[in-house]
Amino acid sequence: MITLGCLLATFAVAPLIISDVHFQHLMIMLLLYATLSQAWNLIGGYAGQVSFGHAVFFGIGAYAAMAPLNQWGLTPWIGMTIGGLIAIIVAVIIGIPVFRLKGHYFAISTFAVAEVVRELFSSWNWVDGPIGLDAPVLDPGWANFMFYKTKLPYHYTALIIFFLVTYVTFRMERSRMGYYFRAIKQRPEAAQAMGVNISFYKQYAFMISAFFTAICGSFYGLYVLHIEPATVLSLDISIKIVLITALGGAGFLWGPLLGAMIMIPLQEYSRIWLGGTGMGIDLIVLGALIVLICIFEPRGIVGLFKRFTYKKRNE
Amino acid sequence: MAILEAKDVSMYFGELAALDGIHLSVEEGEILGLIGPNGAGKTTFFNCISGFLNASRGDIIFKGQNITGMAPHRVCHLGICRTFQIVQSFSEMTVLENVMMGAFCRHANPKKTMDLAQEILEFTGLEEKRDQKVGSLTLADQKRIELSRTIATEPKVVLLDEVMAGLNPTETEEAIALVQRVHEKGITIIVVEHVMEVIMKISKRIAVFDSGELIVQGPPEEVVLDERVIKAYLGEEYDA
Amino acid sequence: MDILNFAHGDFLMLAMFTSFMMFNNFGLDPLFSLPMVVVLLFFIGLLIFRFVIKPVLGYPGLIALLATFGLSILIRNLVLFFLGPNYRVINQSILAGKTLSFGGLYFSLPQTASAIGCVLVTYAIYLFLSKSKFGRALRATALDKDTALLMGINTNRVFALTFGLGTACVGVAGGFLVNFYAVFPEVGLNFVILSFVIVALGGFGNITGAFLAGILVGLVENLGGFLIGPEFKYTLVFVMYLVVITIRPKGLFGW
Repeated sequence: MITLGCLLATFAVAPLIISDVHFQHLMIMLLLYATLSQAWNLIGGYAGQVSFGHAVFFGIGAYAAMAPLNQWGLTPWIGMTIGGLIAIIVAVIIGIPVFRLKGHYFAISTFAVAEVVRELFSSWNWVDGPIGLDAPVLDPGWANFMFYKTKLPYHYTALIIFFLVTYVTFRMERSRMGYYFRAIKQRPEAAQAMGVNISFYKQYAFMISAFFTAICGSFYGLYVLHIEPATVLSLDISIKIVLITALGGAGFLWGPLLGAMIMIPLQEYSRIWLGGTGMGIDLIVLGALIVLICIFEPRGIVGLFKRFTYKKRNE
Repeated sequence: MAILEAKDVSMYFGELAALDGIHLSVEEGEILGLIGPNGAGKTTFFNCISGFLNASRGDIIFKGQNITGMAPHRVCHLGICRTFQIVQSFSEMTVLENVMMGAFCRHANPKKTMDLAQEILEFTGLEEKRDQKVGSLTLADQKRIELSRTIATEPKVVLLDEVMAGLNPTETEEAIALVQRVHEKGITIIVVEHVMEVIMKISKRIAVFDSGELIVQGPPEEVVLDERVIKAYLGEEYDA
Repeated sequence: MDILNFAHGDFLMLAMFTSFMMFNNFGLDPLFSLPMVVVLLFFIGLLIFRFVIKPVLGYPGLIALLATFGLSILIRNLVLFFLGPNYRVINQSILAGKTLSFGGLYFSLPQTASAIGCVLVTYAIYLFLSKSKFGRALRATALDKDTALLMGINTNRVFALTFGLGTACVGVAGGFLVNFYAVFPEVGLNFVILSFVIVALGGFGNITGAFLAGILVGLVENLGGFLIGPEFKYTLVFVMYLVVITIRPKGLFGW
């Protein structure tokens, strides 16, 4: 508990101390991916429905914030909200046919949907197809969520969003829904006999997950100021989210953050140190790491911690 | 008043009739024993009532409402709850949490369900083990937990599928006592059992299934002597 | 054994590289090195099964998926590191670069030969699964692992050999593919996703299903790409998959 408190305090304070732009960017991306993974954790970790197409919600959020801004000058805050709502609707549309599917069929379907949507956006003229959208130059400030001189507002916004999603997950864990998810994972039939409407709860988790993923997408668009289907609707994002969550510990509250804390810096720094000449050594390390974690501690880093504290308690 | 009625219920799997034209009425507040050789269709019948199977033909009426083909969770909400032949505990959860799962059917607040679950554990005599992981307990305990969890859903009708199977004589006695205590609460019970002494002891009425058909029903003493029942269990040659 | 093997495409890549290197360094035509590639891939499959797949068999689906995904990244980048990212092509071999002319239509020889070869192999697998003792053991294990164990089937060995068989098939594909497709570390990626969709479309656990689905996907991909636009060819495949899966949640022929 104390370690967590220190950790979060560090996050809150770090960008104030270290003013290296690169580092600040890294922190923001870390928080963003931690949030994305936490949102995915709801449906993929707790509810056990592994989606490989979450990028679709990310993209919806990004475009919902950027397109109206570009075309009509509509403030991104409204765009963000609309994006979240559209994401929820899309989640329902996808969910109805797809949740009837078992395991692998479901995973492949989510990916299929994401790819189709990506292709659609690539051919959609209103959003400039494959070229993507650029944010217009606007007055800086909270109204437009544009800041040119400093990254701090972005950092703190990302931090707040992360807290929000984590809090929602925290409350969910302790609520009836949390129990239901655990039960559904262990014995779905027995859960049904206890009155659990499995489809409803899966759908519900999916909707919440979609909403927050879209919010992250909006944030991303407004932060990097350029979006295109290849970057915000790509399989890479979907896979990264899954990897981070699983690495950190799927179905655990702090899994996503821990996973992001490993993955994001690893990718950044190994690319800088080794990637240039090493020709993929960073990825060799990543691949090996993933395989080892899966074999030896499928609960991820959280699992490692639990083993460690269990041993200490029993000594 | 019949609280549960099966009217001409049939279940076909392709060509195979697992259930064929079952007409059965269950009175409110009675304990109905359901017996028959293996494969007679008893669990299939339970599956049809509880919504896990969609009866191919016929109707199942509960308190005047047609519940044929309803999803299992809805059947539970209406007030019929079942146990499973092969016990299905949530093994990674504690005893208390398992029972809470049942209570959550009626109450959303975790604190409230925790209190209710605690009461039920006291009723069924499990409160000492409340924080143990169910996966580490004996079969007898797990069956008691499954029964506790079923009661927690505040049912009107409970379907017990071979709750006594695999229990030693002492455990069986305790289980019988528990079932009777549950009955005293006013809950209608349908019990599927193979252990004859148990069924004879607790049932007011017995229904006998054989090859998907309901062949006899009546008071225990009569049913047991009925030659059709003897034939069903022991075969033609033993019909004395 | 219910594992989605992300590294499947990378096994293809390994097969192609082996075949290529046999050709490049020893002058051995891919057609002749094919048996060697198949055997090699079979053993690689056994190894991978023993060290990566078996440990994760019992874990929830996500973990097994990720393990193969990590494996994929690992294999790809190891090859990238040791052999470099360059595209390698075989231009002249028994099959490569030639065309057949038949009734006014032109067929690429390597592709035709590959098609025939693969159909034959698929048929052989189908026969093996339905007629042989091992095939029956495999189907039994796939249907109900615990009962199969009780019946005296060494399920572990069945799984291992199945996995090896799978990679051996990929070896066949690779050995043929190298005649008309470029070889490079990432080549597996082009095929693996599509192979998942095909198997899902046909229904997991069904060889005939996969075969027919494969043909269907090939048709949709090429005809669709031709009629509507090449950038949409995969989109159409995915849309078709989604439509089918909505109507038949277990794929066209699956159980």
